[in-house]
Amino acid sequence: MAITYTSGEQVEVYRFSIPATVLIPLAAVFLQAWVPLKFHFFSIFDLPLLVTIFFAMARRSQIAGLLTGGLIGIMQDALTHQPIGLYGISKTLVGYGASSLGIKIDAENAGARLLLTLFFFTVHKVVYFTVARGLVSLHLEWSWPRELGSGLANAVLGVLLYAVLDRFKQRA
Amino acid sequence: MDSVLGRYKNLIVLGTVLFVQILGLAVQVRRTTDSDSSRLIRIWAVGAVSPLEKVLVWLQTSTGDLWHNYFYLRGVRAENRDLKQQIARMRLEQVRMSQDADQARRLQALLAFKEQFISQTMAAQVIGSSGSEQSRSVYIDKGEKNGIQPDMAVITADGIVGKVLRAYGSTSLVLLINDQTSGVGAILEKSRLQGILRGTAAGGVALEKVMSDENVPAGEVVVTSGGDRIFPKGLPIGTVTGVSTGSDLFLNIRVKPASDLGRLEEVLVVTKIDERQAAPDESGPVRAADILAQRLPGVPQKAKADDGSAGAAPETTVPPASKPVAPKTSGSNATAAGNPPVKVPPTVSQKVAQSGAKPAEGAKQSSDNPATPKPPTVKPAVSKAPVDQKPQPPAEDSPQ
Repeated sequence: MAITYTSGEQVEVYRFSIPATVLIPLAAVFLQAWVPLKFHFFSIFDLPLLVTIFFAMARRSQIAGLLTGGLIGIMQDALTHQPIGLYGISKTLVGYGASSLGIKIDAENAGARLLLTLFFFTVHKVVYFTVARGLVSLHLEWSWPRELGSGLANAVLGVLLYAVLDRFKQRA
Repeated sequence: MDSVLGRYKNLIVLGTVLFVQILGLAVQVRRTTDSDSSRLIRIWAVGAVSPLEKVLVWLQTSTGDLWHNYFYLRGVRAENRDLKQQIARMRLEQVRMSQDADQARRLQALLAFKEQFISQTMAAQVIGSSGSEQSRSVYIDKGEKNGIQPDMAVITADGIVGKVLRAYGSTSLVLLINDQTSGVGAILEKSRLQGILRGTAAGGVALEKVMSDENVPAGEVVVTSGGDRIFPKGLPIGTVTGVSTGSDLFLNIRVKPASDLGRLEEVLVVTKIDERQAAPDESGPVRAADILAQRLPGVPQKAKADDGSAGAAPETTVPPASKPVAPKTSGSNATAAGNPPVKVPPTVSQKVAQSGAKPAEGAKQSSDNPATPKPPTVKPAVSKAPVDQKPQPPAEDSPQ
């Protein structure tokens, strides 16, 4: 459960092959759109967000993190009927924040990943609702129990997913 | 300067990316109509995802068929050699019949729905969703190429589903009625109270704008009012599940949608709404028994109660033009029941005319009618014929 604070030299920096960089986010967006049709409860998960957090923390590059998050978010926005930019802005900030933390924190163990995913899921939701209500005037209702429940479910799924995605890591 | 840029490079990039996105949001929000400001990005995204979705849906159905019709039967055959042919045949038949029955039931339901309300529809398959709880919408496999346009109603046999929000080349985005941004003109079936149906944050559906002093019982059916100019009037939406006093002066009416919005597979897109008024029925009420009598194969009518040979009369065809019979003369049961006369198929009336010298009571009346020629006096060809004799040629040879 311990989150270790390490110096920049101690933290491993990873990179990913081009196919993995392109296909993993695409697969996440695709699964997010397709699986809820078969399993309705799956809509509480946010696979693109988990992938954004994973890439950002593994690369530990703020620019790469925010760009990855922004692109994934915009693609996710494009599949909804809402204006493009809601998920884009949220995931841009999450990508930046996750990579910033990734520089300082060695979040390789499951406990750290669980807490970080829960934290960034909440940040993502807060930013999304703020932008949606403040800039776009969408009438969205906030429910703490539902958001925290979704956050926990995403955190658990994230720990499992990160273990799978770790196989695509390459040492920089 | 360079050092400042280098030091705050990450923050500058972050600010730039956020600024561009906020600017894009402002542009999209400012436009009143959903114009092409973001269409290109959406087309790219949908184009990247929907082909895979279509392939998966196709694979799912194909593998299901393959499994049921081939692999599964091979396994059964291997298990028991003696019974393999019988089991395989029966299971194959069962699977096929089950699938056909399911398909027939779906199509029957869809067609019945179509006949009832809509003039033209197009069946479509749901291939994907938006993947977001904040955007309750699905993608269907029909688009502009198939004639789908925005604001077309989307329904199932159970009730309404939503409306087409955006139409792309071969896919369309359908906004479901449980989305928070959707609105449907609705009316309570019994109390005739009108309101607006909206989606809730939790994915439910609520009827708004019904005054709090009204009495709305749970279980009342909600149908479309037609006021939104998208859904025709009278389509089922759902039933009231609960009523509570909401904010302001309005009731908070929770509605359970008639369609299962979480398990959509096939939908109908209403491509044409017939707005012409129904023509008045000049023939008056028609009994179901009479309609069935016209559809069923002709049964030789007994000409005489005591004529035992009447039932054995062969079917003969007489051109209607040469043997016109007034409808009421042959349809004795229609007039007797007090209903208006119903047209009887020519086969029935012609058989009455051919049945013998002594017509039935109804036929007697017709003979008094100057407009109706007398039935021919030709005897039925086989009415008195011995059993071992060949029947005489039918009445086609008889003088008309």
